[in-house]
Amino acid sequence: MNDIDKGLLKQVADIDGELEGAYNIRKDGKGIERKVTENVNIVSKSDVSGIDIFVKENTKFEIVHIPVIITESGLKDVVYNDFYIGKNANVVIVAGCGIHNDHHKDSQHDGIHRFFLEEGAKVKYIEKHYGEGNGTGKRILNPVTEVTLQKGATLEMETVQIRGVDSTIRTTRGNLGEDTNLVISEKIMTDGQQYAETIFEVNLNGNNSSTHVTSRSVATGDSKQKFVSKVYGNTKCFGHVECDAIIKEHGKVISVPEITANDMEANLIHEAAIGKIAGEQIIKLMTLGLSEKEAEEEIIQGFLK
Amino acid sequence: MLELKDIYFKRDNKNILNGINLNIEEDSFVAITGPNGSGKSTLAKIIMGIEKPDSGQVVLDGIDITAKSINERAKMGIAFAFQQPVKFKGITVYDMIRLSSQKEITKKDACDILSMVGLCAKEYVDREINNSLSGGELKRIEIASVVARQSRLTVFDEPEAGIDLWSFQDLIKVFEKMRENIKGATVIISHQERILNIADEIILVKDGKIENSEKSDLIKSLAQNTFKCCKLQGGAENE
Repeated sequence: MNDIDKGLLKQVADIDGELEGAYNIRKDGKGIERKVTENVNIVSKSDVSGIDIFVKENTKFEIVHIPVIITESGLKDVVYNDFYIGKNANVVIVAGCGIHNDHHKDSQHDGIHRFFLEEGAKVKYIEKHYGEGNGTGKRILNPVTEVTLQKGATLEMETVQIRGVDSTIRTTRGNLGEDTNLVISEKIMTDGQQYAETIFEVNLNGNNSSTHVTSRSVATGDSKQKFVSKVYGNTKCFGHVECDAIIKEHGKVISVPEITANDMEANLIHEAAIGKIAGEQIIKLMTLGLSEKEAEEEIIQGFLK
Repeated sequence: MLELKDIYFKRDNKNILNGINLNIEEDSFVAITGPNGSGKSTLAKIIMGIEKPDSGQVVLDGIDITAKSINERAKMGIAFAFQQPVKFKGITVYDMIRLSSQKEITKKDACDILSMVGLCAKEYVDREINNSLSGGELKRIEIASVVARQSRLTVFDEPEAGIDLWSFQDLIKVFEKMRENIKGATVIISHQERILNIADEIILVKDGKIENSEKSDLIKSLAQNTFKCCKLQGGAENE
């Protein structure tokens, strides 16, 4: 691995030196490093490009890293990763994709991740997306995440698009069984001519299933964002979607809520707020000695923290 | 240290400040009081630079700062506690105290500062300064963060506003303590008798002007008004 690879891995998966636990590092469409542990097995798929990750039941606590880096301009990489999490297992999965593109051809990574959590399993899934490089070629990322939760399972997903991604369509779907909980927290920042679209679709199928989706985004320059959230309450359940966006310069944000209650016991909430930074917030931080620009940066940094 | 010279301020055809002249001495504790709408908050904002006067001068240590921005004044040693604390999404109590202190502080330092205003610090330090906090909690955090600056001149715009009377009794102790260990000047806009009691000087603002009054007369008149108000309420209950 060269310095660019190492830099990308640091950005997307906070990897700096030796990795603990199981991991699979994919570079330019191929797996380059892999380690399995007693509880976590990683197997290459035979039909399509990608891996199956098997976590044994009752695994106490392990971290699994599966970062992807792309440095080859013009490459379109599609990968299918399936996660099978055994009963009552508890794992943290760190994914993420970094693209370095110094040339004129577009580089693209579409990661299709499917999670199958058995009864009582618990997963924290962290995903970061990042682009860099001086080329005119676009850096495109279209992740798809599908989550199936069996009785009592919980999945918490933190997804962050740090910067440098020209175009992204991020799709997350959830099918929730009895007593399950899906928490999604998304942070996105776009600038220049970038476009980001997020689609959440959660089916609350099991009794006492719940979901909490929070999206915080900042659109600056001439960038555009679209946030679509669809939550279907099909039984006694609770769903809460919160979309907050800050717009700067000529940034545009569209929020499209859709909550459907198919059961009398479904309790669904959608909140959305889009606007520029409140003047009083800037004034407050200026009274602490920050310049207007520093105050804006601090507010955005806090908002996306 | 701070001098306001002939300050005029007019908005929407209404004269809000009509020739304010005021001197704040080094290490003094000054209370500004007066009826609602008399221009007190505007005066405080003019000191901080949040509002600019139509005419007149703001002079700090002999330097005309009328044209200086809010953050320039903050760097020169003026601090300001808002009457209605500003809420943020994502900025935590710790962040605010750190920014306000102008230096790297530990969470323990932040907790010590919060304890000073009667907040059980551990519960608050990582919380966002947003709608989940009550008006009283926000106010205490605002006061704590401003006190943490240890500025040469601190302006409090009605610290009692938005806090119930019971909670304010505790908060007054903070100001009394500040009064004892004073470093730099404090200007408090307030109607609270106990605050007025500990002030070196009370300035009465009425119709955008400073009226000359003796401290004892002012406190007496305030106490009488409070008494009348309580009596009236009591009477109404009896009926």
